[in-house]
Amino acid sequence: MSTPFTKDMKKDYTILIPNMSPIHFNIVKEVISNHGYNVVLLDNQGPNVIREGLRYVHNDICYPAQLVIGQFIDAIKHGGYDTDKVALVITQTGGGCRASNYIFLLRKALEKCNLPQIPVISLNLKRMEKNPGFKITPFMLLQTYSAFIYGDLLMALSNQIRPYEVHKGKADALVIKWTAYLSDCFTHNRGYIGWAMKRNLNRICAEFAAIEMREEERIKVGIVGEIYMKYSPLGNNHLQEYLEEQGCEVMVPSMMGFLYYGADNAITDRKYYGGRFISAKVTQFLLRQLYKVEKMSRQAMMKSGKFTIPIPYTEMKKLDEGLLDYGVKMGEGWLLTAEMLDLVHSGYHNIVCTQPFGCLPNHICAKGMIRAVTERSKDANIVPIDYDPSATGVNQENRIKLMLAIAREKLENA
Amino acid sequence: MKIGLDVGSTTMKCVVLDDTLQVLHTDYRRHYSQIAETACTMLADIKDLCAGHLTSFALSGSAGMGLAQNLHFPFVQEVYATRIAIMKFLPHTDVVIELGGEDAKILFFSQNMEVRMNGTCAGGTGSFIDQMASLLHVDQMDLNELAKQAKQIYSIASRCGVFAKSDIQPLVNQGAEKSDISLSVLQSVVNQSIGGLAQGRPIKGQVVYLGGPLTFLSELRKAFDKTLGLEGICPENSLYYVAMGTALSAEEQVIELDELIYNLEHYDTGKAFTSIPPLFKDLGAYETFKNRHAKATLHKIEPKNYSGPAFLGVDAGSTTIKACIIDPDGRLLFSRYDANNGNPVQAIKEFLGSFYTTHPQITIEKACSTGYGEHLIQNAFAFEYSLVETMAHYKSAKTFQKNVDFIIDIGGQDIKCFKIKDGTIDDIFLNEACSSGCGSFLQTFSNALGYTPQEAAELAIKAKNPVDLGSRCTVFMNSSVKQAQKDGASVSDIFAGLAISVVKNALYKVIRSTDPAMLGKHIVVQGGTFLNDAVLRSFELELGSEVIRIDEAGLMGAYGCALHARDQHMKVPQQSTTLSLAQLEQFTHRTKTTHCKGCTNNCLLTINIFDDGRKLVSGNKCDRIVSPETFISNPEQLNMYVFKQQYLSQLKSRKGERGKIGLPLQLNFYEQLPFWHSFFTHLGFEVVVSTPSTRETYLKGQSTISSDTICYPAKLMHGHIKELLEKQVPAIFYPCSSYNINEEKGDNHFNCPVVAYYPEVLRHNISELQDGSVTFISDYLSLADRSFLPKRMHQVLSQYYPVKKQEIKAAVKAGYASLDAYQKAIRDQGKIIMEQARKRNWPIMVLAGRPYHADAEVNHGIDGLLLQCSCAVISEDAIAHLVEKQPRKVLNQWTYHARMYDAARYVTRQEDMQLIQLVSFGCGLDAVTSDEIRDILRETNKIYTQIKIDEIANLGAVKIRIRSLLAALQETKEEQ
Repeated sequence: MSTPFTKDMKKDYTILIPNMSPIHFNIVKEVISNHGYNVVLLDNQGPNVIREGLRYVHNDICYPAQLVIGQFIDAIKHGGYDTDKVALVITQTGGGCRASNYIFLLRKALEKCNLPQIPVISLNLKRMEKNPGFKITPFMLLQTYSAFIYGDLLMALSNQIRPYEVHKGKADALVIKWTAYLSDCFTHNRGYIGWAMKRNLNRICAEFAAIEMREEERIKVGIVGEIYMKYSPLGNNHLQEYLEEQGCEVMVPSMMGFLYYGADNAITDRKYYGGRFISAKVTQFLLRQLYKVEKMSRQAMMKSGKFTIPIPYTEMKKLDEGLLDYGVKMGEGWLLTAEMLDLVHSGYHNIVCTQPFGCLPNHICAKGMIRAVTERSKDANIVPIDYDPSATGVNQENRIKLMLAIAREKLENA
Repeated sequence: MKIGLDVGSTTMKCVVLDDTLQVLHTDYRRHYSQIAETACTMLADIKDLCAGHLTSFALSGSAGMGLAQNLHFPFVQEVYATRIAIMKFLPHTDVVIELGGEDAKILFFSQNMEVRMNGTCAGGTGSFIDQMASLLHVDQMDLNELAKQAKQIYSIASRCGVFAKSDIQPLVNQGAEKSDISLSVLQSVVNQSIGGLAQGRPIKGQVVYLGGPLTFLSELRKAFDKTLGLEGICPENSLYYVAMGTALSAEEQVIELDELIYNLEHYDTGKAFTSIPPLFKDLGAYETFKNRHAKATLHKIEPKNYSGPAFLGVDAGSTTIKACIIDPDGRLLFSRYDANNGNPVQAIKEFLGSFYTTHPQITIEKACSTGYGEHLIQNAFAFEYSLVETMAHYKSAKTFQKNVDFIIDIGGQDIKCFKIKDGTIDDIFLNEACSSGCGSFLQTFSNALGYTPQEAAELAIKAKNPVDLGSRCTVFMNSSVKQAQKDGASVSDIFAGLAISVVKNALYKVIRSTDPAMLGKHIVVQGGTFLNDAVLRSFELELGSEVIRIDEAGLMGAYGCALHARDQHMKVPQQSTTLSLAQLEQFTHRTKTTHCKGCTNNCLLTINIFDDGRKLVSGNKCDRIVSPETFISNPEQLNMYVFKQQYLSQLKSRKGERGKIGLPLQLNFYEQLPFWHSFFTHLGFEVVVSTPSTRETYLKGQSTISSDTICYPAKLMHGHIKELLEKQVPAIFYPCSSYNINEEKGDNHFNCPVVAYYPEVLRHNISELQDGSVTFISDYLSLADRSFLPKRMHQVLSQYYPVKKQEIKAAVKAGYASLDAYQKAIRDQGKIIMEQARKRNWPIMVLAGRPYHADAEVNHGIDGLLLQCSCAVISEDAIAHLVEKQPRKVLNQWTYHARMYDAARYVTRQEDMQLIQLVSFGCGLDAVTSDEIRDILRETNKIYTQIKIDEIANLGAVKIRIRSLLAALQETKEEQ
């Protein structure tokens, strides 16, 4: 069946990583390459990506699967890689959403294009599959975790500065600078824990805070949704860029929230369905350690006194009380609803809720909850947008424009 | 002065307001995608009017977005513009319902302002009505007139134009009254607007109707009034509210109209769309191509020079009729390819009449019909034979290419593809109701852009930069085309793009081929759509090889029928019955509709009555009354679905000291009902189960559905809850559960996200579940862990009732006993049905799906249809346990999926078993299962058949699918 990634392969194979969120994955990529792997973060775009996706994946499967697999196949076919020296990495969550099938669909696709020799590495924390040549070490995990924390911070800061900066490009330049610097840190095995990390976080915040900004009021828009559609410009037709062009400030909830949520669900499961999973106590303990790093990042933001500080995960969770139960754990689950509420509370009343056309979990936790969220927070102005290979920009933009028109009116009347 | 321009998807509206904001001028025209040009003419017309005034200008409408962006015109979103206009001109409005060409909107004004706009699916809009009208061969206004005479309403799927089309087509072909269909179309628009857009928010107070369809169609307004139970108004200038709002919000800035017109005249969008290489690099290439295909011709002879026996084949398609008359050598004597103008019987009568009179020396020996109108035509003219259309096409393809390995037929409504191996049909691919990349699809678009299909094909051939439009259903394609127009694609680029998309749809969506080269070496293409050279060329390009197209590609179904008539005649000679000229003169045809009184279903029957008492009844879900000779009186002996329905309906409840508790019979409760029924009965509750779903169940809950693309069973759940609320039960029990029953046949035992958490959606969208009128128990629990459940159930129930651990434990035990008994009963009955079928020598169909597919409203009686076709029906859960666990190539972690995989594996081991998979539209998980099940079946050359079901009840298409499968099996048997 599938080809495993062996130890020998580590030496001269190029590992391709799909690009879900450029700002995060640019840093994470460095972590993996610093552990001795040749990695390439895919940035191929264009119509051929989706063409290949539609060709090798069932057309009714969700859009992210078509994009991710299309991007891989396009890269393999046209990226100039030696097809006997290339491997692919894909995450595997193992949840009840069809997304947990991506790895299998990818392998099926490879078989269909006569490339079964290409190994696909499953990135998961549940030991669902073994790849002798690709070991996730505790160090790597720790570094990846830090990379996400940094990524979240850079994303939050640059988003809050970019629309207001006096000299265009300052915020983005800082993102590039810090990505390079952090990569160097990881190479030298420092800067991802404790004091060193704290110093980095503080410096990042200080440097962003020092960017000269215009005083003006902009429409504040939050983006929530299925994780790939939310972050990936390839998936959401460069939604964030579009919104910023329309004069908005954009807030995208953190990636860490999703990771915490994933781990946290094991605890809820135990309560509802009995003890079948890794001890809830261990998870609880680990989570508590992780929250400390999250706190460090928030404190750094607070120090500069300039930014909208994201609320901690544990508080975010409380927002859902009386609304969506924590038992909803497929896809983005209850977290998505909580994120909408959080955005409204922190002044981002206008929300684009992104999902692939026909996304099953989002029938529940996104579209199914919009009514409840707007009832609870009357200011909320939410537009659900479906993404699909043929859902056109015109259609999407028109709906977003309607949301913006209402937002603008509210801003003017305020 | 203020100018507002509203560029809709098909029309452009212009309004000029004077300085007191009164409407001075209005103008309305179709723009045929010539947006800049139309805008120019409209503005030129008001030049004099505005001369000497300070003038402001703004633009609105989805199709105007690109223009506004590129020329830096102020832009106002159209819904928002409506709102501005309403607040200014009709401030006492509570709700606005505005239907446009491709958009539908509802705006709520009174407190808590809200706007709703249709999503990506564009059902229930102006172009939807247009499309439906063209199916009836009338225009919108005629449709309105017809609707006035309607006597009854058929249920037509309203969610999507394509679905509705497949509801209407059979009605047309069965001879239902046009007037009734017309009103039904309008009613479906009403249902769609209310269900899809209002999403639970009541429409009341002062309602205002705006937009083209509501302005022009009085009957549509009436239908809205009637359904809403109020009287809405359609104000003066109802077409222009968007333009008026746009004008109102135009900034007070002076513009020069001349400059504006100049800019529009010199508007060049550039080429912003993704294009693909042209179909032909030059005219020479086209000539070579044409010459090559010109060689493939059907052998013809002049009818004048022939006398003697002949054979007639008729293909009564969805929108056309095709007829062929051949001599015994298969040479074509006479043919006809015509629109059926909504009345296939009349069309054939004329055809036959004229043939008989002009060629009295030719006798039609035997005749055979196929297509949508197969039975109607056969009965009307007493044809000797009829043939399922797939077979008809296969038959004709074989005559042109003996060693054909693949046949693709793209007709007006259908795509039919067959893989041929060793001279028999090896695999069949038919399009879903929703992916209609067919002839009528191309026609719709060419008409919308103001061209005939022929002109469109010619333009496509010359296209320099065909647009890459992808390969999706018509509704999506509408917006893709809109986008391409915005991006500056020319009409010919769009037509070429559409031709390519038809091909891609067939190859990648219907056939699910990844490598077109694998289809085979000898490919025959048929169907009227392939007469379009642009489609043919795109197909060859995509395939990378040459194919055969007969010059009469559109006639192939009819030709196959004629061949069949001839072959049958040679095989078994019998008396000819086909109406003669004399009989034809006596021919009469009338239709009437009535409700069958055979049972409580009260099927709406359409009865076609011809002279001398021949008649055809359609619309019946069973044979009890219509053809009692084939009616099976004890269907549970041959039909597992019926057995399940009976089993569940026989669960008896009794009065209990703890009062009533309601259980909704839908989704996973279709399987778990015995468990919960017995659990609660044991605890001393009187169990109230909602009644099996019907169309009314759906309508009851329709307005609270929050997502219009969710599966039909989930939508029905809303109605079940409503029913329980009506029954005034004090509590409803419907728990959430990530995990299903664990049968240890897969890697995990999940529920799908919808089954798992649907109670959450219900709670937050049906207000009664939250306002205290009922206790809604939707806590999280699972039946997977038998030892943990008592503890969890105690936790859950003690929140609502004083219950003791001990009694819960006993009740859970009773529950599991009932569940086990139910599952055992299914397995035992499976054995019985298989035995019964084998006694009768019937094929056994595994109608594989999820437990709730046993619901008659969900499966639309497909099980009964199979029974009518002499097939026994069992379900996946009756046989899944008969095979051992085996690893799969996909993640196998859903309990229901694991059963289907195992059932498919069992089927591969049984000679006389076939599998048909029922897939609910919108079930994303079945994108995974369907490919995997096909792979399992294909390992042993079993044919995979999939039936997609939604709120539609187009059994005609399903029947074709089933009959094709049976015919292919029959043929394989005969070959052996």
